[in-house]
Amino acid sequence: MDYSQFLVMKQEIGLLAVFLLVFLFDTFMPQRGQGCVGRFCCVLFAIFTAFGFCPSLTADGFDSAFAGMYNSSAAVVNIKNILNIGALIVMIQALRWADQDMVRIRRGEFYELLLVTLFGMYLMISARHFLLFVIGLETASLPLAAMVAFEKHRYESREAAIKYILTAVFSSAVFLMGLSFVYGLAGSLYFDNIAVALWGEQFNALLAVALAFVIAGIGFKLSLVPFHLWTADVYQGAPTPVTSYLSVISKGSAAFAAMVILWQAFGAVYSQAWEWMLYALIIITITVGNLFAIRQRNIKRFLAFSSISQAGYIMLGVIAYNYMGMAALMYYVLVYIFSNLAAFGVVGAIENASGKVWIDDYKGLYKTNPRLAFTMMLAMFSLAGIPPFAGFFSKFFIFTSAINQGSVAIYVLVLIALINTIISLYYYLLVVKAMFISQDDCVIARFRSAGSERLALWICVAGIIFLGIVSCVYNHLLEIV
Amino acid sequence: MFSNPLIYFVVIPLLMLGGLALCRNIKQIRAVAVTGSLALTALSVWLLVDYLGLRAAGVDAPMLYTGSWSWFTPLNINLSVGVDGISIAMLILSSIILLTGSFASWKIEPHTKDFFLWLILLSTGVFGFFISIDLFTMFMFYEVALIPMYLLIGVWGSGNKNYSAMKLTLMLMGGSAFLMLGLIGIYYHSAPEGQPLTWDLLEIAQNDSISRGWQHFLFPMTFVGFGVLGAMFPFHTWSPDGHASAPTAVSMLHAGVLMKLGGYGCFRVAIYLMPQAANDLAWIFLILTGISVVYGAFSACVQTDLKYINAYSSVSHCGLVLFAILMLNTTAMTGAIMQMLSHGLMTALFFALIGMIYGRTHTRDIRQMGGLMKIMPFLAVCYVIAGMASLGLPGLSGFVAEMTIFVGSFEHADMFHRVFTIVACCSIVITAVYILRVVGKLLFGPVYDEHHLALTDATWWERTSTITLIISVAAIGCFPNFFADLIKFTFSPSIFAVIGMN
Repeated sequence: MDYSQFLVMKQEIGLLAVFLLVFLFDTFMPQRGQGCVGRFCCVLFAIFTAFGFCPSLTADGFDSAFAGMYNSSAAVVNIKNILNIGALIVMIQALRWADQDMVRIRRGEFYELLLVTLFGMYLMISARHFLLFVIGLETASLPLAAMVAFEKHRYESREAAIKYILTAVFSSAVFLMGLSFVYGLAGSLYFDNIAVALWGEQFNALLAVALAFVIAGIGFKLSLVPFHLWTADVYQGAPTPVTSYLSVISKGSAAFAAMVILWQAFGAVYSQAWEWMLYALIIITITVGNLFAIRQRNIKRFLAFSSISQAGYIMLGVIAYNYMGMAALMYYVLVYIFSNLAAFGVVGAIENASGKVWIDDYKGLYKTNPRLAFTMMLAMFSLAGIPPFAGFFSKFFIFTSAINQGSVAIYVLVLIALINTIISLYYYLLVVKAMFISQDDCVIARFRSAGSERLALWICVAGIIFLGIVSCVYNHLLEIV
Repeated sequence: MFSNPLIYFVVIPLLMLGGLALCRNIKQIRAVAVTGSLALTALSVWLLVDYLGLRAAGVDAPMLYTGSWSWFTPLNINLSVGVDGISIAMLILSSIILLTGSFASWKIEPHTKDFFLWLILLSTGVFGFFISIDLFTMFMFYEVALIPMYLLIGVWGSGNKNYSAMKLTLMLMGGSAFLMLGLIGIYYHSAPEGQPLTWDLLEIAQNDSISRGWQHFLFPMTFVGFGVLGAMFPFHTWSPDGHASAPTAVSMLHAGVLMKLGGYGCFRVAIYLMPQAANDLAWIFLILTGISVVYGAFSACVQTDLKYINAYSSVSHCGLVLFAILMLNTTAMTGAIMQMLSHGLMTALFFALIGMIYGRTHTRDIRQMGGLMKIMPFLAVCYVIAGMASLGLPGLSGFVAEMTIFVGSFEHADMFHRVFTIVACCSIVITAVYILRVVGKLLFGPVYDEHHLALTDATWWERTSTITLIISVAAIGCFPNFFADLIKFTFSPSIFAVIGMN
């Protein structure tokens, strides 16, 4: 065996090294130094994130290892970097939460589990063989259940974990079922071989069933409607840092993986089989997510439904089926990470300080905590796609890339998505209204958030403001795909 | 980049935003707002003079002061700027109204700083929109101008402000959803097969490569998208509620400038880029805008709230702008641009006066006021002047604008256009009804409330604001030729092609 193949997996190896160091630190550090395991992990991970931007990693072009099972390209390295940035922000945001009484004793585990799931997501993204993909999927899902249950003294957290693990296992089963059909059709689990075998295939029942199962399996992970039923409960029950991790990193990696699978393995049957499946899924995902979000009163459930509809927008990049779609998808995920983490950062800071999680509690927040209110407003505007914030650009580019596909049906789809952005604007504005306009009763007293929380929020705000206006980010993404 | 004078229309508001962020007390805030808007006014007047000089020297490019800086290179999105007569007219209008609006909100409470921050952000969008000739940049600035309205009305408004703010924002953003689809569609048909696609207005117009079928799809998208902001008939309902709830300066800017974004966009994007579809589909929108004109005027007759009266009158007058644009001939379009200017100044004057009266009497219901001419003669006289401008008295701006529009419209010899022109003409009479009714009751009637006798007349900042506007209104009324000359270079060959087809 040629061991030099492992060098292709530089990022995985780096991540593993970080994991091991954190693990050793957590295990062997005397009680006194245990307090800084979180900060230690953040620093290490920041170095690792920076390492991801080394030119030697990105300049390699296209690389594969283990007989084509694993693959790395500039785009893959980039999406991993994007996820790293998000994970780093989540880690920083979690610092204060991890210092709480009931969690403190296990805080090392939180960071370790997070790194493991991230490793799984790396594998999902890089896999070019379904076996490796499933391994990645499981590695990413199961530890997440443990993270959801992290506040095990709380009933909701336990309940959410049960819901999450049952859904995750069920969706894996569905996915594997789909894979068995795929194997029956194509005789291989390599993406490339499947693509060759499916070349010229007409639409038939077996193909439809296989694709339906595969898409459903990933749909659970992405929480596309109708596979979204776990989302709101899990988001509400899980500790806030875990929720934010679930909503951005887990979703972003799944979206990229879904794109790779559908394009590379099933690209040959785009118009025959999965275009219309995705078409229908996107419409109901965006619409249902938006309509349900309007009724939510709990801010975490609210963000859960908002993230469901955002997943629908992300999938527009997949249905575009062109290089612009890929760039737009990565850019969307990047912007979404910053916007959503800003929102969750504020939610987390408020929850840590006062325990309030209802939208009505945010009334008059501008009076008592103007900076937090302002950050939340930026996040809401960015999620709603209001210029000059980054969300506007990501929405614009994902719509542009979808329309590049050219059919009239796509115009209709984009129009539906656009009308949905208006619905989403309505409920995002409800939060803004509570904070800025309803000033008669202030529920949340003035407080000072922790330094770590502020740092994370500053990063997010900078991202929201500059990612759009500074065009080189998007230009770079479009160049490398 | 900074050698181009146009870029300062965005740079100055941005500097103002920075300056406001540093302000400590209300005096500094006022100083920043007034200095900045004075600078903008000076810049736009200089631009006007310089532009006319260049034109007189024989420069005949469609846009002057053009500049283009690459932004999102792979998609060919640039920050392109350029102006012609129409844009310059709009820039002057915007800067005057921003200036007078700053004076009109001299005493705004609470959160004075935030109020001005949002107001300036709004005007950044407005100025950016008028100088852009790149569809993407234009659209971005357009949306920047819309969203501050929500907070401006929601926080500083009056009456049913939550409802109005939400309704206004959602309806305008709904319009921009259609608009976005239309613009992306235009982009993908902006160049013949094999050539690089572009967002640049001038290049798209030159390429003229949008097929007739696509034009029929994209024209309604863009026209409706901008038409919502221009208060076109079924989509006008945001306007009365929004204007009635907004604070004074916001009503002024919104009715005076933002609604012009709609008319300007319809002209500059929808008709300029898709003349064939405009020619084919104009009749549908003529019917809708015709309804706006008459319906708005009738609605104004039955209102009792001063702001509602003026808001419905804006629906009527802005309907006239779109109506004239759709006539697709030079005379009517010239009239449309003059109507934009005229209505912008006049309605800003109205809203400023209403705000000042409301600030004293604390009611806007005309049934609870009367005899104000005795109590506050300065404001009352200004109100009469604004009213006269609105109903089209010669010597003031309304007359020249409406006259030009109807002369242009009547050039069409067919039955359909003639009938609609006559119907729209009726609005002048109806306007007279509601204006004179208000003037009679509000200003000349018996004093309704004894408490009103103690009220004071205008303060110096209020006088500055109103006098500036009145001078501008009179200037258009007295020197219409000057403005007609300013505008006339704008009508490009593609527009003439349409007129030839008619």
